[in-house]
Amino acid sequence: MTTTRHESEERHESAPALLEVDDLEVRFPVYGSGLLRRVVGHVHAVSGVSLRLSERETLGVVGESGCGKSTTGRAILQLVKPTAGSVRYRGEELTSMSSAGLQRVRREAGIVFQDPYASLNPKLPVNDIIAEPLKVHRRWRDGGPERVAELLRLVGLSPEHGNRYPHEFSGGQRQRVGIARALALEPRLLVLDEPVSALDVSVQAGVVNLLEDLQERLGLSYVFIAHDLSVVRHISDRVAVMYLGRVVETGAREDVYENPAHPYTQALLSAAPWPDPRQERVRERIVLTGDVPSPVNPPSGCRFRTRCWKAREVCAERTPELTDRGTGHPVACHFPG
Amino acid sequence: MTQSFDMPLPSESAPAEAIGGEASVTTGAEAVHTARTLAESKPPTDEEVLRVENLSVDFPTDDGVVKAVRDVSYSLREREVLSIVGESGSGKSVSSMAVMGLLPRSARISGRVLYRGQDLLTMREKDRRSLRGRKISMVFQDPMTALNPVHTIGDQLTEAVLAHSLVPPRQARERAREMLDLVGIPQAAQRLRNYPHEFSGGMRQRVMIAMAIINNPDVIIADEPTTALDVTVQAQILEKLLEVKDAVNAAILLITHDLGVVAGLAHRVLVMYAGTPVEVGETDDVFYRTRMPYTAGLLGSIPSMTASHGERLRPIQGTPPSLINLPSGCPFAPRCPLADATCRSSEPPLVPTDGSGEGGPGGGSQDTGRYTEHLAACHHWERLASVEDPTTFFRNGGQNP
Repeated sequence: MTTTRHESEERHESAPALLEVDDLEVRFPVYGSGLLRRVVGHVHAVSGVSLRLSERETLGVVGESGCGKSTTGRAILQLVKPTAGSVRYRGEELTSMSSAGLQRVRREAGIVFQDPYASLNPKLPVNDIIAEPLKVHRRWRDGGPERVAELLRLVGLSPEHGNRYPHEFSGGQRQRVGIARALALEPRLLVLDEPVSALDVSVQAGVVNLLEDLQERLGLSYVFIAHDLSVVRHISDRVAVMYLGRVVETGAREDVYENPAHPYTQALLSAAPWPDPRQERVRERIVLTGDVPSPVNPPSGCRFRTRCWKAREVCAERTPELTDRGTGHPVACHFPG
Repeated sequence: MTQSFDMPLPSESAPAEAIGGEASVTTGAEAVHTARTLAESKPPTDEEVLRVENLSVDFPTDDGVVKAVRDVSYSLREREVLSIVGESGSGKSVSSMAVMGLLPRSARISGRVLYRGQDLLTMREKDRRSLRGRKISMVFQDPMTALNPVHTIGDQLTEAVLAHSLVPPRQARERAREMLDLVGIPQAAQRLRNYPHEFSGGMRQRVMIAMAIINNPDVIIADEPTTALDVTVQAQILEKLLEVKDAVNAAILLITHDLGVVAGLAHRVLVMYAGTPVEVGETDDVFYRTRMPYTAGLLGSIPSMTASHGERLRPIQGTPPSLINLPSGCPFAPRCPLADATCRSSEPPLVPTDGSGEGGPGGGSQDTGRYTEHLAACHHWERLASVEDPTTFFRNGGQNP
């Protein structure tokens, strides 16, 4: 199978947005330890995230643990209720939609979880795991078993193995089962939450290739959430970099990777090790000190300022908006470049 | 846009109170710096500190004998970083646990593990215990489970000193503070009173490193030291490892699955597959003159940070063999695009390839050549030598080209 990615790239230049996320906010209450368990604060997991996804496009959402990327993915599908903001799928607002409406939308928008050990029911054979969405959405009657066999073949597994239980499969094969389940209802949009992070590198490459093939054949759009910069670069058309609940930089893959303008993106890219010893020996690496601040009490203004070498007073006073500041793509920094 | 008059904040005053989290306060350090690289650290000396010879580990189980490690040999010089690379189940961790003597009693271990000439496997447990944690120490992958949650960091570090030397507790505590300082934990004296849960993941891993070096070891075994950490924190920890290596003149045995980490940190590499070494050599040789298809497959599986869009990854087909029922012949043959009848019938030995030490294979220069030798366990390493990029063998799903 050869990719015809360039064609698809041209196509989504003019394609309408499949998914529009605006000012998405998710806060989780923190309860006190007293008898009344009063709310003593909030974890600001996602604070004003806006994203766009076109048909047949892959948007990579990248960031470190605790940056809110997974919560964003779940909030898009309303698996976590956003506390504010809007999510529109093909023009329809999801945040205020009834559960019947959401069930209809979820036929078209699925999710693949990170851990293929935890996300498959260990007591069900793989056939039943993949059949479950078909049964829930009343599609089992017309050719359910054939559809399951077809899905297994689609993800590179043999239909004869459908009677086996998840523990009889390797990590990579389990992740393929998770993908088959997500594809059962012929979705248009998949949220892929760290789909290859738990896999060994040689197995990971096979799953990445599979995801690319499926996108090509089925015309899927992906929100690809990951912390691995090289995988995100490989698979994405556009990239959004998150830090502590906010998008700090977004743009076409090349723009963000070749010309990172936000100091955090620069540090992140420079910290990622490459499998190239000669490069690594001479590479100038920006090493940030300290850790990500707590999302319970995030810094005022720019949330990266506590670790930023460019930080000035204005960074503590005003939150930088995510706009194009002459760098060709939107950056949330007072001093980009 | 206001790029105007604001004075740059002196980095020392990076507002700690605004950082919010109690645990993650870091002050007094500059916000950013350029990392030291392996090239800037001190080179290895010629003094051998650890030599492992024909190490094998079997675990008898109800289903049969698991051959977790088969015939692993390597040696390690002072200030050298040797990386053992492999995927899950390749035996990389088990082989290092065998060196530390941390395997369960059911494990059957054979071979020799020589620390400065003394065989650790035959020595009395009492003597071995006096070396463990003092001359050979370990940094584990998960600092949350490796540290005791009910004791303070200070008590745990002090215990590591007192277990091996008769110094007054106050002096041991002072040593603990020095070490925390060395690994870059701010306000070390106060942090000694904290419990592990009050530290972030990166800070805990620094504590682990402090504990590993507190007795001036000769060998530090670092088992996936950064796998649980984020990439910006990983960069901090890897740099710290290089720094402490030079500070105490220790050799580092770095166990990892991440070829990116290896590229930046290791002088030499040993690639393991199905419990046995399949390629050994200087880092550049293994990366740029790959002589074992498995290594090439690993390298081809990593998305490049420079390749153009649309380029396909070249994964290895299939899965690693069961260590109970190893296939006859080369263990990689069922997944290898170059495999033929020879590969399926006889297991290739680890032999010197082209460009190995001047003396050539089997020559008299055993000792001087050993550290530059490039060994591979493949019947067809010459075919890899004949192409520009051996990862191309894995194109088209790994069919024979």
